[in-house]
Amino acid sequence: MADLIESKNITKIYRSRSLAGSKHGFKAVDEVSVNIKKQSIFGLVGESGCGKTTFGRALMYLDPPTSGSVIFDDVPLGSLKPKELRRFRNRMQIVFQDPNSALDPKMSIYNSLSEGMVNLKIPKEQRDRKVNDLINLVGIGKAYLRRFPHELSGGQKQRIVIARALSMDPDFLVLDEPTSNLDVSIQAQIINLLIDLKNEFELTYLFISHDLNLVSYMCDEIAVMFKGRIVEQAETELLISEPSHPYTQKLFSSIPGGAQRIGVKSLNIGELGEKTIREPQKEEKSQAGCSYYSQCPMGDAECSLSAPFLRELSRGHVVSCHKIRTGK
Amino acid sequence: MERMASLLSIEDLRVAFSLGKKETTVLRGINLSILGNEIHGLVGESGSGKTVTSTCIIGLLPIPPARILSGHIYFDGKDLLSLPEEQMRTYRGRKIAMIFQEPAKYLNPAFKIGEQIIEMLMLHMGMKKRSAYERVVELLRLVGLDEKVIDSYPHELSGGMKQRAMIAMAISCDPDLIIADEPTTALDVTLQVQILALLKKLKDMRKLGVLFISHDLYLVSEIADRVSVIYAGRIVESATKEELFRNPLHPYTRLLMHSIPDAKKKGSKLATIPGQVPDAAEIGNGCAFANRCPIAKEDCFNDIPSYVAYENAHTVACYYAGKIWQIL
Repeated sequence: MADLIESKNITKIYRSRSLAGSKHGFKAVDEVSVNIKKQSIFGLVGESGCGKTTFGRALMYLDPPTSGSVIFDDVPLGSLKPKELRRFRNRMQIVFQDPNSALDPKMSIYNSLSEGMVNLKIPKEQRDRKVNDLINLVGIGKAYLRRFPHELSGGQKQRIVIARALSMDPDFLVLDEPTSNLDVSIQAQIINLLIDLKNEFELTYLFISHDLNLVSYMCDEIAVMFKGRIVEQAETELLISEPSHPYTQKLFSSIPGGAQRIGVKSLNIGELGEKTIREPQKEEKSQAGCSYYSQCPMGDAECSLSAPFLRELSRGHVVSCHKIRTGK
Repeated sequence: MERMASLLSIEDLRVAFSLGKKETTVLRGINLSILGNEIHGLVGESGSGKTVTSTCIIGLLPIPPARILSGHIYFDGKDLLSLPEEQMRTYRGRKIAMIFQEPAKYLNPAFKIGEQIIEMLMLHMGMKKRSAYERVVELLRLVGLDEKVIDSYPHELSGGMKQRAMIAMAISCDPDLIIADEPTTALDVTLQVQILALLKKLKDMRKLGVLFISHDLYLVSEIADRVSVIYAGRIVESATKEELFRNPLHPYTRLLMHSIPDAKKKGSKLATIPGQVPDAAEIGNGCAFANRCPIAKEDCFNDIPSYVAYENAHTVACYYAGKIWQIL
């Protein structure tokens, strides 16, 4: 299947707004290139603060990247004028983590769902029909249309947010931790809904999460992010069976119950208690070396001096580490 | 008899909260006993009564609006619920310590970490400042922190370090029981494993009893010896970890296990529990799970099922426990 989205060397730098003006900004996303295939679910995992959300937003040009380009269905987003971009963005929608803050508390569910279509000047009859369809689609009764967000539970609110995203007939959804605020029994309902919708409307997802179990259940392909860089990327099955980057290995072995569930090698908790554990260091001074060097068990002089690039291990499996030999 | 053997035993604890004129029962008969040198996991969704249970144990239940309808909490041969506040204070923090979900909220931002722990040692253990200081250094080392942390303010520490400081504080007075309420929920997975390892190490070293509260069944399975599943203010199933995962008997536990996504379930639909956790006010006379339960029959709606003991110290509150039915 062809690619829907191609991102090339996306970098996002946040500069502080101090009076003096700082020379060095914070690189939240660092030269990330990924291609997302049509009708696939692309998973992006990493710990908090690694740049997952920033990447998702940069991909949609909500926060345009500092450098690099995004090509969406053969259209380079960077070349669009602001007005064109707004129009074009109907095709890309985002579902946020916290449905409580994603819905306007002063707008009824009906108004929330139809607002986008009002902006597009779609006639009322057509809008009403669409709103009714959408609310059925996400499994909520029509009676709720007149209600307000505070009258709904967290799971119901998230369904409304998903319905609202679909009101624009998008091709692509960024799902930014869509279930992490929900209880497990509700999470399963939302995940099933998302998969059904994807199949029905031939959607493509970028699924951002820190929950590796969830990502490995949902996604066709997974990229692991660390400090703004992709350190490893592969198809789900391959990544789970052969995690190569030391960070990926650590991440997967930290999954609670991982050993009994997906058969990844689990860290021995008893053993771990004996070791003194290194906390991740704050801001590394040296920019040259591998960003994982300070925590890496395999790191040596080479790693501290030069940053590794993504290399192909096997077809579709790329990893960014000096210590992994390619070409087996 | 059982009271003698266990470190803490909760018997038929019922608690109600009043909101205006309405009173709703949130704990509907909790029975739980924790042995010394045991990690007891308490798993449930939000609003199921996990935290209310723990605040009852530590005597921090706000009365009113809360009201204890019935029950006993035996610890150290005494019923904690009938102790006057003055005596309760000699237990809280001293014999029973607590670790919270968000350490940032429970550390005083205006005092150095060292000062906060020294204060406890002087108050509870009658230590002199000098010996307390030495003890704090020892404690910080034990939880894997640098002794420099003694002079740090909470905001200078990362989330994982704060949680370690919190743990150091909890164990400072050599308690017999630690209540850990979602201690890793605010942390990243790799840090989560470290905190689990630390708790386990401390439990082994000091023969502590730990009540480990979490919403994540698999996280609990990594650390607990025994697991109790709580639903709508009542424990529905309790067994050793191995037994629970090998042979879950309550429909809620079984559905919960099947609704948690992981790579093994990829391609198949997740089991869902229809509906949502009932509002405490809406629960009728029967089993609280009946309206979401796939195997509920008429009697489930009329009477609360009592606990039935199965092999291997496995207790379940369900009329049709272990009945085979098609999940999904």
